[in-house]
Amino acid sequence: MTITVHPNHPDVTEEMWDKIDTIIQEYKTIPGSVISVLRLSQNNVGYLPTPLIDYVAVGMGLPSSQVFGVATFYSLFSLKPKGRHIIKACTGTACYVKGIKEVMSHIANKYGIKEGDTMEDRRFTLEGVRCLGACGLAPVMIVSEDIHGNLKPDEVVNILEDYK
Amino acid sequence: MSKNRIQLMLCGGTGCHSTGSKKFEAALQKELEAKGLADEIKIIETGCNGFCAVGPVMLVQPEGIFYQKLRVEDVPLLVEEHFLKGRPVKKLFFVEHASKESIPNMNDIPFFSNQIYRAMKNKGAIDPEVIDEYIARDGYFAAAKALNDMTPQQIVDEVKTSQIRGRGGAGFPTGMKWSFAAASPGEEKYVLCNADEGDPGAFMDRSLLESDPHAILEGMLIAAKAINARQGYIYCRTEYQLAIRRLEIAIKQAKEYGLLGENILNSGFTFNIDIYQGAGAFVCGEETALMRSIEGKRGMPRPRPPFPALKGLWDKPTILNNVETLANIPQIILNGGEWYASIGTERSKGTKVFALSGDINNIGLVEVPMGLPIRKLIYDIGGGVPDKKKFKAVQLGGPSGGCIPEHKLDTIIDYEEIAKVGAIMGSGGAIVMDENTCMVDMARFFMDFIQEESCGKCTPCREGTRRMLELLEKICDGHGEDGDIETLEALSEVISQSALCGLGQTAANPVLSTLRFFRDEYEAHIKDKVCPAKRCIALLKFEVDPEACKKCGLCFKACPADAITWKKKEVALIDKDKCVKCMSCFDKCKFNAIF
Ligand SMILES: Cc1cc2nc3c(=O)[nH]c(=O)nc-3n(C[C@H](O)[C@H](O)[C@H](O)COP(=O)(O)O)c2cc1C
Ligand code: SF4
Ligand code: SF4
Ligand code: SF4
Ligand code: FES
Ligand code: FES
Repeated sequence: MTITVHPNHPDVTEEMWDKIDTIIQEYKTIPGSVISVLRLSQNNVGYLPTPLIDYVAVGMGLPSSQVFGVATFYSLFSLKPKGRHIIKACTGTACYVKGIKEVMSHIANKYGIKEGDTMEDRRFTLEGVRCLGACGLAPVMIVSEDIHGNLKPDEVVNILEDYK
Repeated sequence: MSKNRIQLMLCGGTGCHSTGSKKFEAALQKELEAKGLADEIKIIETGCNGFCAVGPVMLVQPEGIFYQKLRVEDVPLLVEEHFLKGRPVKKLFFVEHASKESIPNMNDIPFFSNQIYRAMKNKGAIDPEVIDEYIARDGYFAAAKALNDMTPQQIVDEVKTSQIRGRGGAGFPTGMKWSFAAASPGEEKYVLCNADEGDPGAFMDRSLLESDPHAILEGMLIAAKAINARQGYIYCRTEYQLAIRRLEIAIKQAKEYGLLGENILNSGFTFNIDIYQGAGAFVCGEETALMRSIEGKRGMPRPRPPFPALKGLWDKPTILNNVETLANIPQIILNGGEWYASIGTERSKGTKVFALSGDINNIGLVEVPMGLPIRKLIYDIGGGVPDKKKFKAVQLGGPSGGCIPEHKLDTIIDYEEIAKVGAIMGSGGAIVMDENTCMVDMARFFMDFIQEESCGKCTPCREGTRRMLELLEKICDGHGEDGDIETLEALSEVISQSALCGLGQTAANPVLSTLRFFRDEYEAHIKDKVCPAKRCIALLKFEVDPEACKKCGLCFKACPADAITWKKKEVALIDKDKCVKCMSCFDKCKFNAIF
């Protein structure tokens, strides 16, 4: 029985650490499961702060460098905190042809964030994602869990103003 | 399912979810209950029906009436008229674009009637979360045949006879791939399904998984018997949560029915399938990278040989097949390879699924016989380009592919014929572009994608794609110079010759293909500093041509920055100091008066 001391981090609560312990226990013996562990940890915390990655490495019995290598390779993982609402603008080909670029430039104009940025007050994070499978409604974005399709560049800000 | 008088096959695919199928379903169920119809009329939530553009869609069975663009407000009328009085509701029928004719029956709608369903045989016809519905349509019959009545060699031979080629893009003959892995020595082997679907404008695999997950499991089971594997993995994009959920349900049900696990159907054969979620790296669709990713490493490709059939996942013999390839396997086993090969061309047999999107009327998923002219795909099935705009090109194969212009539209769907015109069959993304699309900008778009997704392992791919992107950006920004095109061509040559994996080897295709057919557009950008399609902001003046302006005021109303002055019967005027270059006015002006 190992008693692990949870690192201190403002964005990771005690409950989250406990949850992460359970995840590590569940996957520890499955070869190749570090990506799953990172994904589930990120689902809990919202992003992957450095002490969390180190903690996963120790828990999984892997070199820290290897886990960092994985976390930085895959675009799913974010090492920076994200906003309360994540705007996933589809930058797939169909949405590009139908004008997602103009939609994103309206968002940039209004909120001062480019693709990949988070607002100072952490209200929005703007992400570019690949085809959401809703090309029939291109251009498309997802805000929090809601899909918004057939976006008109000049109307997108009205939609976003509902997310505080 | 037969005890209900009427079955309402309501689409529950991602597209229709996003247009409100869930809300519609709840309202419809409530109304059916209120009218005492809930016992005889049953709503069945299916996977993607294919016609996402007009969603949510619903097929009324057994009549075959097809309803589209369903809204909660339509529920009372629909139930009253159709389900109580037996009068189908005309205003919810599909309206043909050209003839403006309302078509009640699904089979009469050209979008559907020109298709042949094989991989998509069960799309929209079953509840993907109920294994019995799959079984009722001959599901797992092929697996039973393969496991109990066929030897591995017979399975491989049947697949060879079908001449099916991998649908993931490369088009490698599936039977041959299986025969290599079957011949590899070793007790431990793997069957993998590639559900990474990396092409950024494609959703065929996702829809197949959402609408008919058991077909893929059955295909994997048959493959397992053919090469003698005990374990399978489905490598699925983590973004595809609905597909993953339905796969999990399907795996659970198959285990309960003894169709996965130990001693399947009393054949003594054992096989299990697990799902592995990718983490967002396009290169992980490449076979060796995908295997490394399942091993929990950075998903970087490695040189081949050794080929995965010999040394794949965990260095064991492995086969990897695309979702659509596997979805075809059960029917090949059940109906025979010759049946499968009976349609198609000399070297491309069977059908191919395409995700039609972009500037086209009928956006959605279609399955067509090999050999069909691309023109028919675009016009008969796709319904042509909307808003009376001119067709410019259709892009096939995504970032590894190329575009097919108007004068090459009679090219038929066939691996070799498409390659001859400089594109590739690809996995099935088909994005239509109208005259307002700038082809240089599209080349830049794909290069941006490739550059971001290059894993960085080989220098020519990493540095070469960056150089190409810089050049394309420079041209789009109006700083193009003489010789840039030649530099692009030279870089293309180097990268494709020296890159380690398919990503780098094909990275230049979108550039070469647009150069081949739209070289004049590149030249206009470079020599005349003009973007003929008016997409490249740096090359636009943001002025109104007083000759062309029809004084309609649409631009004025659309401008978010109050940069346009306009009064009735007066030409619009743009104040360049206020203009934020948002392009809204360009989109609004029907007369091409802004430049
Ligand atoms: C960069 C790259 C990305 C790929 N992405 C995919 C993909 O998303 N899905 C897929 O099925 N095949 C993809 N492929 C092709 C696979 O490497 C492999 O050929 C295919 O999955 C084999 O299955 P098939 O023979 O049934 O087509 C990709 C190849 C490369 C080089
Ligand atoms: S060609 Fe590009 S993506 Fe492929 S291994 Fe080399 S650097 Fe990586
Ligand atoms: S580009 Fe946008 S800001 Fe500029 S004039 Fe047109 S609508 Fe107004
Ligand atoms: S939209 Fe076009 S035609 Fe209409 S006022 Fe503006 S510039 Fe003139
Ligand atoms: S390209 Fe945006 S949803 Fe498909
Ligand atoms: S999601 Fe409903 S038709 Fe495609």
